[in-house]
Parts: sequence; structure tokens; C-alpha cells
Amino acid sequence: MEEQLTGRPRLGEKILKGAFFCCASISVVTTIAVICILAFETYGFFVEIPITDFLFGTEWTPLLQPKSYGMLPLLCGTLMIVVGSSIVALPVGIASAVYLSEYASDRVRNIVKPVLEILAGIPTVVYGFFALTFITPMLQSIFESTHVFNAASAAIVVGIMVLPMVASMCDDALQSVPDSLREGAYSLGATSFEVTIRIVLPAALSGIFASFVLAISRAIGETMAVTLAAGATPNFTLNPLESIQTMTAYIVQVSLGDTPAGTLTYKTLFAVAAVLFTLTLFLNLTASSVMRRFKETYE
Amino acid sequence: METNEQKSTVLDIQNVSISYGSELAVRNVSMPILEKTITAIIGPSGCGKSTLLRSLNRMNDFIENVEQSGNIMLSGQDLYESGVDPVEVRLRIGMVFQKPNPFPKSIFRNVAWGPTINGLSGDIEERVVTALQQAALWDEVKDRLQDSALNLSGGQQQRLCIARALAMKPEVILMDEPCSALDPVSTSRIEDLLFELKREYTIVIVTHNMQQAARVSEYTAFLENGVLVEFGDTDQVFTRPENQRTEEYVTGRFG
Repeated sequence: MEEQLTGRPRLGEKILKGAFFCCASISVVTTIAVICILAFETYGFFVEIPITDFLFGTEWTPLLQPKSYGMLPLLCGTLMIVVGSSIVALPVGIASAVYLSEYASDRVRNIVKPVLEILAGIPTVVYGFFALTFITPMLQSIFESTHVFNAASAAIVVGIMVLPMVASMCDDALQSVPDSLREGAYSLGATSFEVTIRIVLPAALSGIFASFVLAISRAIGETMAVTLAAGATPNFTLNPLESIQTMTAYIVQVSLGDTPAGTLTYKTLFAVAAVLFTLTLFLNLTASSVMRRFKETYE
Repeated sequence: METNEQKSTVLDIQNVSISYGSELAVRNVSMPILEKTITAIIGPSGCGKSTLLRSLNRMNDFIENVEQSGNIMLSGQDLYESGVDPVEVRLRIGMVFQKPNPFPKSIFRNVAWGPTINGLSGDIEERVVTALQQAALWDEVKDRLQDSALNLSGGQQQRLCIARALAMKPEVILMDEPCSALDPVSTSRIEDLLFELKREYTIVIVTHNMQQAARVSEYTAFLENGVLVEFGDTDQVFTRPENQRTEEYVTGRFG
């Protein structure tokens, strides 16, 4: 009998391949759909409200009369959370990472590193609750003028929230600096501190920077904790002890309310979301391009 | 002028044993390192030669679970005595590693780094120039001192690392297979350099390459399984070894 080299048709294989392709497409299609809807509704909003009024106006009262659509108070609120949480998370995060990577023994490291990762998995609503019931009363006992809902409390808790991520990513960045560099520095009579500050940290700088950018990006997008702790008052203020509203908290407020679809107020949701999306997309792209350069240098 | 017999002992290794956990890597080794000579440590992989070398400037301190006994005397003082600061030890005993490990900084700053952080006296620039000249790298880099050291070739990087060690003006320079990552041309340049350097420095070099040990060193130590099988004049060790194992190793019958 003649041997055949032509294979049997493998139908199952083709079906599976198609199924896998569909699964992979879902996330891509969803992203594209989200962007399209955002763009469409945002366009609808800007037909009625000039984009300059929206971006540079200092009154945000879409739910009250007279209505006003200047989003600077929301942006300002978000920025306060970003700056405040960065003040908490970046120095402490980098210091924890230095301890873990350069000073801690393997035994300590093996305990602390998983704990950090567990900390990163706590639901954010728990942090919001923690801010409201613990951090705010503490602030009130220090500064009497502290409002029940205030930016400082929310910023601190968001800082605590992103701290594990910063520490863990900075630790990875420090760990990826080759030991040969440390040995070279030690052999020249450097102390551990000099090796860390002058050799390891500069060599890990891009990884550290990337972790900062991602932390900021998370602080911008953080919703639950700031909604609970910072309040819902779109104040154009820099006083952290007052109640503010962030972009995300505004979206929550309107989504939970009874705003009819298609109204101008409804469309503000998409305009604010578009700003949010643009900001975080830009930051994430920055982080990933920095990370890529970082990998090229040290691998 | 001076004969070998008159050279003084810079480092005296006395009954040194080193273990990682339960594994004994160096067993009761004693040997002198004489001033302004090159001493080669040879032996098969895993024989403990790098461990022994790294114990000479306390680089094993960074490895967990290392235990060491015996004494290593540097001009009469034990490097492992309590109260001895390893940083001070490394100021006097420099090191060049297996793979070139320049810092991701400019050529100039690589060489200037050690003297700067330690606040060594004198003109830093002069130190850098002298060190680069001694390391036979000056002519190749004098016009681009501000370039990144990472742009140099492997051989140049290794000479930069030698210059970096020389800038500290140490008493002893330890070299851990400094040519193992280099091509033959770069290797021979470094060997030429060693001849120049031993006029001023005491050098201990670990090498896999027996021809290299025979070419560059005055004294040779042969280690096997952490035991110092033979130590003596390089000529004698290579041509008239006293020990059977040494002879088998240097003639290439194993290792």
C-alpha cells in the first residue's frame, strides 16, 4: 500500500485555534469599543460646551443650578491626591526597597516580600474605610479645622495603598543591578551606604522612575478610597484639610445618581473619563518605555 | 639588586580554612605573599582558589554562612581580628574580578570613584591619569574620558578596572581570573601589564590558564579540593614539582 504524506483534515485543531483567537480578541475589541464610546460621547459633550471652558473653567456644578462645567476643581482634587500620596509612598517605598534589597537577610526578605504582595491585594474600599475611621480622626486631633471628608486623609491612605507596589517594583529594580557592580564598589573601599547611594540606586534609576510613574497613575485612577474619604465637594482649593472631589469620585457620584441618559450632565461622565483615560494612558506608556530602556541596559 | 630571599612578606596566610555551611572549601592553607611579586594560584575548578583569594580582602563577608578559621596577617595585623574594619582592609588590598565590571559612568569617573568617596588626598585628576597610564589604557582613552565606560571593548574595560584598583594605590592587588572573559590579544596585553605592575605592586592572581601562571608569576600555589598541594617558585612547580598530583595537573593530565 502506498504511504500517504497528505494529512487527514484536523477539524478539531482549526476550531480550537479559532476559539483561542476569539478569546484573545475580546480584550482588544473591548478596549477599542471603550475608546470609541468615550470619544463619541465626549465629542457630543464638546459640541455643547467649548473645550476651553471645560479644561480651564474653575466652577464645576453640573448637578446644581446655575450649571457650570469647568473641570479644574476635579483636576485639582485629583492632583492633591497624587501629590499627597506620592509624598507618602515614594520616599517610604524606595527606603523599604533599599532595606529589602541591600540590607535584609534572605530570611527577612522571604517573609517581607510576600507580605508586601498581600498588602497590595487588600480591596481599596477597606483602605477608604480605614481612612475615614482612623486617619481622619487622627488628623482632626492634630489640626482642629480638618473636615470629616478631606483630601489629606484620602491622600495618605492612597499613599499607603500604592506603597507595596512601589516598594516591590523598586526592589525588583535594585535586584536587577548586577552584584558584580556592588563587588567592584566594595573592593574600592566603599561602605554599604556608599555602594547603595552612589552605585546601586543610580544604576536602578529607570526602574525606580517607572515604579513612580505607575504609582502616580494608580493614584489618579484610585476611586473607592477617595470617594469615601475625600468627599464630594468639587472645591477649587489647595487646602488638604478641606473636602474635595476627584475625577473618579465624580464619576461614581453621577453613576449612582438618577441622571437620565443623553443629557448634558450624563455626557460630563464621558468627558471626565476621557481626561482620566488620557492621563493614565500617557503615564503607563511613559512607564513602559522607561522599563524597556532599562531592560536593554541590564540584560 | 634584591634577591627573592630578601623580599618581605606582605600577606601571611596562616592555617586558613573556609567553609560554606558544612562544605569545607579551603583546608588549612598556609603560604606567604611576598612583596612586589606575582603569586599565581592554580588548580581545577571548584578547588577553592577563588574562595581563598576573596578571603584576602574580606570579600567573603558578603556571602551568608561562611566560616573561616586561621589568620591572614597584613603587616603584622590579622585581617579577621575583631575590631578590624573590612572597609579599611579593602582600601589597602584592591581587587580585579573575573568579568570586567565598570560602573555605568564615564571613564574618568570610574577611575576617580574610589579616591573620591574615600576622600584620598592629592589631585584626583592626577591620580586618574597616572592610574590610566599604569594600566596602559591612557593612549586609547585620553581624548574621551567623559565617554561611558560601557562603550569600551571587553579588554579595555578590564584594563579600566585595573586602573580603578590602581587609583587607590593599594599594597596588594588581587586578580580573580582577570583574563577569562577576554580574547587572546587582550589577554596578552594584560599579561604585559602585569610585568610592569609588579615593580610597584604585590599581585595575587587566580588563573585557570597554566601557561599564564607560568609566564607571569614568580610563585605558584597549586590547590586541589581546598588543600594546598604545593607552593613554591613557579619554575620549580612547573618543571620539577615535588608532588605527583602537581605534576599531573601542570602537565595537563587532569583538570
